[in-house]
Amino acid sequence: MSKTVITSLGNELTSQFDKRFGRAEWFCVFDSETKGSSFIKNDFADSNQGAGTKAAELMVELKADKIISGDFGPKAKELLEKLNIQMVVIQDSTSIQNIVERISI
Amino acid sequence: MPRRTRLRKVVAPPEFKGYKPYGTYKNSKEYVELLYEEYEAIKLSDYDLMNHKEASELMGISRPTFARIYESARRKIAKAFVETKEIRTVFGNTQMDDSWFICNACQARFTIPKTLKQNICPMCSSDQIESLNNQK
Repeated sequence: MSKTVITSLGNELTSQFDKRFGRAEWFCVFDSETKGSSFIKNDFADSNQGAGTKAAELMVELKADKIISGDFGPKAKELLEKLNIQMVVIQDSTSIQNIVERISI
Repeated sequence: MPRRTRLRKVVAPPEFKGYKPYGTYKNSKEYVELLYEEYEAIKLSDYDLMNHKEASELMGISRPTFARIYESARRKIAKAFVETKEIRTVFGNTQMDDSWFICNACQARFTIPKTLKQNICPMCSSDQIESLNNQK
């Protein structure tokens, strides 16, 4: 029973993985229990400052345990560490579907 | 006796060993050594768009020191560009964030929060993980 957030460029499972965290276009929330996924738009993607912090706060609201992204900003990292949310950094250019399959094995 | 050099905090090490110029006739083995803290300074100010004050606090150094590291980083990169030299990253006076781990099976990098009991890779469930702390 854990929720994983994957940063995504679009709102479908076929969308590409987004390598940014605070400025990711969408967040894919994957529930390992129900195997269901939902997409949430990142409203802070275009803000000038504090996108990482706001995105990290959003993660708490979503009750995420694990976040998969390409890079975490220093502020987001500090916050997520305090909140005991696991951060995973991968550099693969792949689709959300592919990542979901990898973690749900 | 000068003061000792304070260790600079680096959030995550660069993901490359270096950069090589291509399309040049020069085939010299000369290179410029870019320190991890210089890479971090460039990343914080030009990629994460932080100001020098925020960035220096994050790295645990004073603002003037940050400015010096940043300037030295820019000059090294400029030198490498103009003189078509390789850039290599070296450890430098760095203190790594000890919380990062790397999975040797799938190359994913991740943190392990205190609340998590098992020490396995979150991507491929492999147990071949290694701490990135103080890696030289």
